[in-house]
Amino acid sequence: MHPILKLVAQRLALGLLLLFAASILIFVGTAILPGDVAQSILGQSATPEALANLRAELGVDQPAITRYFSWLGGVLQGDLGTALTNGRDIAESLSTRLGNTLFLAFWAALIAVPLAITLGLLAVRYKDRWPDKLISAITLTTISIPEFMIGYLLIFFLSIQLPLLIGGMEFLPDGLQSWLLSNLRFSSVALMNDSMTLIEKIKSITLPIMVLTLVVLAHMMRMTRAAILNVMQSAYIETAELKGLGMLKIIRKHAFPNAIAPIVNVVMLNLAYLVVGVVVVEVVFAYPGMGQYLVDHVSKRDVPVVQACGLIFAAVYIGLNLIADIVSILANPRLRHPK
Amino acid sequence: MTDQLKHLSEKVTKGLMTRREFVGRAAALGVTAAVANSMLASAAKAAGPVRGGTLKLGASGGESTNTQDPALTASEVPLYNLRHWGETLVDVGADGNIEYRMAESVEGSADAKQWVFKIRKGVPFSNGKDMTPEDVLMTMQRHSNEDSQSGALGIMRGIEDMKVDGDNFIVNLSTGNADLPYLMADYHLMIQPGGGMDDPGAGIGTGPYTIEFDEPGVRHGFKRREDYWDAENRGFAEFSEQLVLNDATARTAALQSGQVHMINRVDPKVASLLDRAPNLSVKSTAGRGHYVFIMHVDTAPFDNNELRLALKYAINRQEMVDKILRGYGSIGNDFPINAGYPLFDTSIAQRAHDLAKAAEHYKKSGHDGSPIILRTADGAFPGAVDAAALFQQSAQAAGIPLEIKREPNDGYWSEVWNVQPFCASYWGGRPVQDQMYSTAYLSTADWNDTRFKRPEFDEMLLAARAEIDEVKRKEIYSKMAVMLRDEGGLILPMFNDFVGAIAANVGGWVDDPNGPLMNNKAPIKCWLTDA
Repeated sequence: MHPILKLVAQRLALGLLLLFAASILIFVGTAILPGDVAQSILGQSATPEALANLRAELGVDQPAITRYFSWLGGVLQGDLGTALTNGRDIAESLSTRLGNTLFLAFWAALIAVPLAITLGLLAVRYKDRWPDKLISAITLTTISIPEFMIGYLLIFFLSIQLPLLIGGMEFLPDGLQSWLLSNLRFSSVALMNDSMTLIEKIKSITLPIMVLTLVVLAHMMRMTRAAILNVMQSAYIETAELKGLGMLKIIRKHAFPNAIAPIVNVVMLNLAYLVVGVVVVEVVFAYPGMGQYLVDHVSKRDVPVVQACGLIFAAVYIGLNLIADIVSILANPRLRHPK
Repeated sequence: MTDQLKHLSEKVTKGLMTRREFVGRAAALGVTAAVANSMLASAAKAAGPVRGGTLKLGASGGESTNTQDPALTASEVPLYNLRHWGETLVDVGADGNIEYRMAESVEGSADAKQWVFKIRKGVPFSNGKDMTPEDVLMTMQRHSNEDSQSGALGIMRGIEDMKVDGDNFIVNLSTGNADLPYLMADYHLMIQPGGGMDDPGAGIGTGPYTIEFDEPGVRHGFKRREDYWDAENRGFAEFSEQLVLNDATARTAALQSGQVHMINRVDPKVASLLDRAPNLSVKSTAGRGHYVFIMHVDTAPFDNNELRLALKYAINRQEMVDKILRGYGSIGNDFPINAGYPLFDTSIAQRAHDLAKAAEHYKKSGHDGSPIILRTADGAFPGAVDAAALFQQSAQAAGIPLEIKREPNDGYWSEVWNVQPFCASYWGGRPVQDQMYSTAYLSTADWNDTRFKRPEFDEMLLAARAEIDEVKRKEIYSKMAVMLRDEGGLILPMFNDFVGAIAANVGGWVDDPNGPLMNNKAPIKCWLTDA
């Protein structure tokens, strides 16, 4: 068996074990939280009879162990069950939410990853000169501002102030003004539904994409810069320089391939963040993603849904880490052909 | 010139220019401010309701766990949903009087024990069938039978039996209740075909809209029904859409940028600033809801009335209204009734902030000086943590060792409220005094969160309930209020207003003290003037 295939098989098996452990942790965690699903549904206005009736109907009056294994049995047969709170099919609601989350993560990553790496390369090329300092200053500033704050600032300037500003530009011809108004419209609410076209969907999530890009940029950019600078100290770079190669060419052909492993690791970490960690951005823009869905169900103690979300998040982390490992092996001849 | 003015006023309605700017420009064109303002007003207010368009509400209080089952409705977004597709027997109008919906008339017996609701004929459900008295009966049974999970279970408890007689739905009570029609206005009691026994969350009812799409925690869409029975008064927009915007800033931004036409729960901190923004207005309505600190009168040290009085005198009510509600509210008097209720006695003396008296009562109580623990959480009511801090400050000034214990929002209503002896909480208010008192101050009440159990009080409440003579009733209610104010475990510093906001092109707004955004009926009673 090829060593890489063997590694993938090993990691997948380990991943499954991790998922199982995660499901136990999540189950125990939600059981420790005060209150239960019936109490959360009925809220302040719950009467003891109504509580008892609801508990019996939802089956949460059963012992925890019984509930866990009946859930596990369902999952192993591919049945995620129904939400306790509103009786909806979990797989169905989850797939829409997961689709939305991946959609946002995909577009944010499509912009953020190439941008971060390019900026990193530029920062190395102009090391310690003003472009390097400018890039670092801007990205470090945006990573230091809390993401909800960036969201609010963008909403304030782009959704509220910009239309007023354009509307006040009396000198513009009417046609141009109304064109600008209808096309430079940044929605502060990131609507997302099936009846929208792809262009409409992308337009609707412009602001969240901008926020996420600004938040993840610095980490990847700094890592690219550091990893390449590290390689730049090597003797073969000096050789390349002495051969008279241009700086950008050295970075592109000699330094970057050797710095891929750490960069890929950071990129995967940020991709995982884009999938599982964007609940704050979802709340600010009312985006119907997984994060908000999970938080709602945690606060209602809707265990089957929390379990399902937890499994997906864990799977995303495990999967992306696996990809990062494989890529770093493929990028390194010494690991690719072990003795 | 008129063309130019028209162009400018259109800009204002589109949100591209502030009202102030418009008046300035109009002045430059030789139009006085008064005329300019009235032009704007007439641009925004067409004569009578306008039909058509899509009216959008941005609302907080929705989660992805919500259902359309009226029995399980507890937060605000599902409540707006119910109002779209369902209707109750009666409504409580903005003036506090009964408005007839599925019932055409109501008649009570002299002892207020038997109530006959004449059911309206020819009202179709959205599934095409006509609503019948049997549907009403089955609905009421679903909310009151043994395995009911309904939030209305508590108010259905006094009912001895219910039956259908021809066109009438008849309710017999074990003890007389002159306010029964008000209880039937409870939003859980939406009339559903077959009582909703088979499919409670189907969203089929007699309301002006049907569900177009239903994505809990995200958005809910409704289409107007052609066959709605009361199209004269409700259901003007062709489509009504609700976006769930739980974040306060997201809500105000959506309104400001024109993505929604109305929003609920404007944070009092920003309400006055928001009101200055162009093309929208903040609507603040005095209601019956109140923010409270509750003491269990059967638990030491709160079983000592002197100590309770000390705390009641120590709280600075006006400061709370000014700093916590930013003026969007009014001071309370330690009983849960205000001028928003019928039969309110305005002559009851207001308790003032009096540190000397507080110190005096504290001394009389003989409390050993150990810390008195007040539990609070952000979720208890907006600003509850700050309010507790203000309370602590003023109590300490009177020498009372009040200590704050901050609790997590999670589980607050199950672990702290109605469990711990002293905590912050809120009440939403009820349409009539009897309902408020029976919900929380009757000895046997489910939610007697102050453990106030006094036979004299119960007797007065039951006597008032069956009393048809309003003068006598008012007298009894007044006595009860004074008793609760002086001996109860309730510290009620403030009544909060409902603060919402609507865009300038929304017509039909009426202040309704029964609930936020016209008792959750703004989406079905308002219209778009430029639809």
